[in-house]
Amino acid sequence: MDLFEYQARDLFEKHGVPVLRGKVATTPAEAKSAAEELGGGVVVVKAQVKIGGRGKAGGVKVAKSPEEAEARATDILGMDIKGHTTHKVMIAEGADIAEEYYFSVLLDRANRTYLAMCSKEGGMEIEQLAVERPEALARVAVDPIDGIDEAKAREIAETAGFDADTVAKLIPVLQSLWIVFVGEDATLVEVNPLVKTGAGDIVALDGKVSLDDNAAFRHPDHEELRDISAENPLELKAKKLDLNYVKLDGQVGIIGNGAGLVMSTLDVVASAGEKHGGVKPANFLDIGGGANAEVMANGLDVILGDEQVRSVFVNVFGGITACDEVAKGIVKALEILGDAATKPLVVRLDGNAVDEGRKILADANNPLVTLVDTMDGGADKAAELAAK
Amino acid sequence: MSIFLNEDSTIIVQGITGGEGSKHTARMLAAGAKVVGGVNARKAGTTVSHKDATGADVELPVFASVAEAMAATGADVSVAFVPPAFSKDAAFEAIDAGIGLLVIITEGIPVQDSAQIWSYAQKAGNKTRIIGPNCPGIISPEASLAGIIPATITKKGKLGLVSKSGTLTYQMMYELKDLGFTTAIGIGGDPVIGTTHIDALQAFQDDPETEAIVMIGEIGGDAEERAAAYIKENVTKPVVGYVAGFTAPEGKTMGHAGAIVSGSSGTAAAKKEALEAAGVKVGKTPSETAQLMLQLLDA
Repeated sequence: MDLFEYQARDLFEKHGVPVLRGKVATTPAEAKSAAEELGGGVVVVKAQVKIGGRGKAGGVKVAKSPEEAEARATDILGMDIKGHTTHKVMIAEGADIAEEYYFSVLLDRANRTYLAMCSKEGGMEIEQLAVERPEALARVAVDPIDGIDEAKAREIAETAGFDADTVAKLIPVLQSLWIVFVGEDATLVEVNPLVKTGAGDIVALDGKVSLDDNAAFRHPDHEELRDISAENPLELKAKKLDLNYVKLDGQVGIIGNGAGLVMSTLDVVASAGEKHGGVKPANFLDIGGGANAEVMANGLDVILGDEQVRSVFVNVFGGITACDEVAKGIVKALEILGDAATKPLVVRLDGNAVDEGRKILADANNPLVTLVDTMDGGADKAAELAAK
Repeated sequence: MSIFLNEDSTIIVQGITGGEGSKHTARMLAAGAKVVGGVNARKAGTTVSHKDATGADVELPVFASVAEAMAATGADVSVAFVPPAFSKDAAFEAIDAGIGLLVIITEGIPVQDSAQIWSYAQKAGNKTRIIGPNCPGIISPEASLAGIIPATITKKGKLGLVSKSGTLTYQMMYELKDLGFTTAIGIGGDPVIGTTHIDALQAFQDDPETEAIVMIGEIGGDAEERAAAYIKENVTKPVVGYVAGFTAPEGKTMGHAGAIVSGSSGTAAAKKEALEAAGVKVGKTPSETAQLMLQLLDA
């Protein structure tokens, strides 16, 4: 889960990272009163969108008074930034910036460790810096057990080439940012820019944080950080049913068991769709190993709730679960759904007890169900039905 | 021969008394695996009842720790079916005990815990090979099974298989059952895993009975690209490949925690391209991939 800047700011503050005061506002009037609460002086009105480059897009404006903050918030709220609609702004205290730095810590999948990146040249897009001046970006491996202690923080700052005075000032800030990372189960903590003020203080002026969904069980408070309004209603419904579902833009509903097989099914359907008027897979849905009737019914229910869907491809490989169980699940699911099941279903079963499974479906003789022998053939049939 | 797991492998199950642990202990025994006991500190001293491959009743002892279980049984493999919140401790325990192979089946382990498990194993001298987490485990057909891979859909043979995905592993094992497998390994779909594609490729290359290798990848990270570079330099046996996730949208996790395209990195297209550049024949569908292997070994 990616957080908004104001949420990252709050987590920074909670763990002792120096930040400026900031308040979130959803209306121009709220923006005005937020600016007043911050003392009525200079503030920055910042669009809260989960995408980079908002400054260039006009989503960050300085305001010299609460009235001006209200006016800037009027401009920014509702603004489209690279396809993201701005629903909130953060009103932040103005900062006296002397220098802009960069710091991040993230998971390094390839090396199975963490990577801290730090640069004296903050403010710009870090991808650009990494390409144009890689020598200006320090990369220091961080052991997942040892973390960023004082010595590691010093190593990171010194590798980035800071002077002794700045290194000393950065050390506690980098350690606090590590506490944010490890304490909140983040997979990314990025501060760009991390600034030195005219008074010589280090302050995190912006923040990007991604949290590990697998760690949600030990962070019940993270649930509040979810941006429910931005989530697809079908995905929300699926989540409540404990289904692994991703909504896509297409016409062929997909149900399968196992993430790899479902991804593969999407690809095969997309490829088959090219021959059938360009129909595409409508979703990712992994019903896992069990594939019992209830899960199958819930899955079909979510998929048929997608108005774009014109056919459904059920692609199950019976590995642990035998195909006869899966077939019973499909028959039962169609009973549970009754009249709600309206779209044609193409079913491919293979693996354990495949003959028994196919017989159960054939005997049930549901007019909606077409049995196919292969995954490739099933994809083609489902695409053909969706193109009709 | 097989890699990492053979008929002499002596297996214990961490979480043997739980639902999944119990179910799959039974399946492993039925597949002929030498499962000799399990671990659950709260039920130490008791036994669990199962049947072996011949249908005879067996009583498996439950121990307080991996170290005790190893001392009493000579086990060299542990399969962990432990809930995500306790998986890190279970893995540390197995590593502390110095077990040779630890297979972590559990899905949903926080990546921080997986990263710590890997670091802990390195600090302990890298004596424990880890497979997983979030994986189906490893099977050397007709010899042993450590995990949840169905044993009845394939047979012993001359192919090696390494895959991030469970069901695609099963599908490929099934489609290529006539050629059979020395060993098939599901390395798992999490961002941080123990055994990698490269580890398996290296072992299959060194295994005299493995004649050709199937490698299955999916979106996310750059493990397939690195495997491709490894193949180009080090693997002389034929390799066919498959990559899932061409239609996955950017920024969406597709079931597996590690299966995500971030910006322009981790795409299926890039992985396919890298594999093909290394001389790997890459199928467009799982079935086509199986056909490629059949043609390759027929020629």
